[in-house]
Amino acid sequence: MGEVRRLLPQADRRSVAVSWDRVVERGFDKAYQRVLDMGSEAAIAEVTASGIMGRGGAAFPTGRKWDSVRSSPGTAKYVVMNADESELGTFKDRALLEQDPMGPLIGLLIAAHCVGARQAYCYIRGEYREVETALSQSIDILRKKGWVGGETVDVEVRRGAGAYIAGEETALFNSIEGKRPEPRVKPPFPTVKGLFGAPTLIQNVETLANIAVLFAHDVAWFRQYGTPATPGTKLVAISGHVNRPGVFEVPFGVPLQEIIDADDLAGGIAGTGHLQAVLLGGAAGTFLSSAEVAEVPLDYGPLAKHGASIGSGAVMVFDDSVDLAWVVTKLAHFFADESCGQCVPCRIGTRRVLEILRDGNTWQRESDLRELGLAMRDASICGLGQTAPMALLSMLDRPYLRRVEMKGDEHGE
Amino acid sequence: MGNRITLTIDGQSVSVAEGTTVHAACEQVDTFVPTLCWHENLSPANACRACVVEVKGSRTLVASCSRVAEEGMVIETSTPRVANARRVVAELLTSTTDYSTAPELLDLIEMSSADTRRFAGGASWEQPVKDDNNLYIRDLSKCILCYRCVEACGDDAQNTFAITVAGRGFDSRIDAGFGRTLPESDCVFCGNCVAVCPTGALMEKTEWTLRSENKWDDNQITTTETICSYCGVGCQLSLHVLDNQIVKVSSPMDHPVTHGMLCVKGRYGYQFVQVEDHMPV
Repeated sequence: MGEVRRLLPQADRRSVAVSWDRVVERGFDKAYQRVLDMGSEAAIAEVTASGIMGRGGAAFPTGRKWDSVRSSPGTAKYVVMNADESELGTFKDRALLEQDPMGPLIGLLIAAHCVGARQAYCYIRGEYREVETALSQSIDILRKKGWVGGETVDVEVRRGAGAYIAGEETALFNSIEGKRPEPRVKPPFPTVKGLFGAPTLIQNVETLANIAVLFAHDVAWFRQYGTPATPGTKLVAISGHVNRPGVFEVPFGVPLQEIIDADDLAGGIAGTGHLQAVLLGGAAGTFLSSAEVAEVPLDYGPLAKHGASIGSGAVMVFDDSVDLAWVVTKLAHFFADESCGQCVPCRIGTRRVLEILRDGNTWQRESDLRELGLAMRDASICGLGQTAPMALLSMLDRPYLRRVEMKGDEHGE
Repeated sequence: MGNRITLTIDGQSVSVAEGTTVHAACEQVDTFVPTLCWHENLSPANACRACVVEVKGSRTLVASCSRVAEEGMVIETSTPRVANARRVVAELLTSTTDYSTAPELLDLIEMSSADTRRFAGGASWEQPVKDDNNLYIRDLSKCILCYRCVEACGDDAQNTFAITVAGRGFDSRIDAGFGRTLPESDCVFCGNCVAVCPTGALMEKTEWTLRSENKWDDNQITTTETICSYCGVGCQLSLHVLDNQIVKVSSPMDHPVTHGMLCVKGRYGYQFVQVEDHMPV
């Protein structure tokens, strides 16, 4: 089936990305008007019927989330676009915002209208300076058209300051509020008590882009791609040993092997030409062996059987020359750097994992690592600590990925 | 009295008032759940994760100190997952921190059968004591980052906001702003942070000095209750006396006026009691 273009615009678009013409050419003006005409409840019902799930990693049903925010008591409500894309190997929101910033923005306006929010925020990764400029210009275009500001919804851009943890939704709220970005305990969930203590809808950039294309068409069109359980398309960011690394839009349900091999997608394995493993979902993701990659499609249900998830859509490909224990050590270094330090399992656990791996004791101390990893997964406050040991645990669960000739080697910095 | 709800703790049905935390519900049926960062007079920080329990239907373990009990909740307090998490929390803290004056952490090591050497040998928080004023010291090598001091200094008691967490990850630490000494900071020396510290990382200078001279002996200390004589609020004081000298002043945590919190005069302004021979005429 190969590459699809829905969220990412076709290459033959006549309009420039940051322009009113692009809004019209993509049908987003009609999409917004259609939502205004049909009313919030019907629009939310359509989102639910489309089967869109959150694209940031958790895959929570979007319609249910909107319902929840809409029905939460409170006069002030907020909508937030989470563009703090920081997961290792993930660069799809950047590509999306560069190529079609109007889509996610229109999705944001539709979301605000449906849940009853008068104020929206775009929280963008601090390093994405050019993208932020394009996003701000896009907001200005919509402001001139009267779609932003005044009696409608105001949209403010906030930049992150470099912390991975600020992408966690409740830490992100603290950051917008001017506080240290430490995650909050859930419940209460953001839908009830989020930004400034008010009911808040927070969505990933790609989810909002899906909203825009859904309302530019209809549910039947939307469900043409994907599987019945997981309709639509997914942006995947492919890196590592492939011939064509980059961001691709593919339907849910496409075989992972096809994403790697197809000429119009990743174009086959580079390096030694022999696939060893894929790290799916970024640093917080799961290793899949070449045999697993050969049989599993890009869909939540089948992947769950392998203990894996699509996560943010990062696909890191490793040929058989790579020592995965070395990769896991690099990931451990990342998490030790990015832990906020609030809870014990993550603050100290990420450091101890790094120390054990760096000393080359991965397999000698397997049971210590497992128990430590499980405690981090079970007892950390937020998704960072809970998923920090996932790649490591998935490697320990696949002992055949161990490179025998590397046994006992130093993997130090 | 509001509505009551019913939940199940370790197979036992429990009825509690709406709004009760899971931890408080466990206490009602004498089910002991360990805590480190939780304090009766402060907002839960959820930081230590020693109090986690298993809630049926929840993917992760749940911090019982802050989670409000819900109708029909099914809670298990000693499953293998809970035991592993508690044990690892104790092992991680002891691999980092000097726990010699931390009674709750010593209890947790005991009850979780923690192997304090399992994760030891790596980076630790060992560092010199910060001794920059006459009222209390900061020994951050004993800190477990429970956030109690931050909350007592903030809107749980003092509303001074002199200290908070700086840095991140393993390098997170309690700081008075840009690494300043306490006299240079916004600290008003109420000592409420010292009163709630569970590990001795914050300690009155007098106690710290006596301990370092091996003269502090809990068994020899008597306590005399009185009312603070400085102003009209009526704070209850507990005078801790050793060898006929006041060595420390605190206030009971359950006292309706103070909730254990005092001001700089009540907590530290006691020397006049013991210096009576130099009264001006």
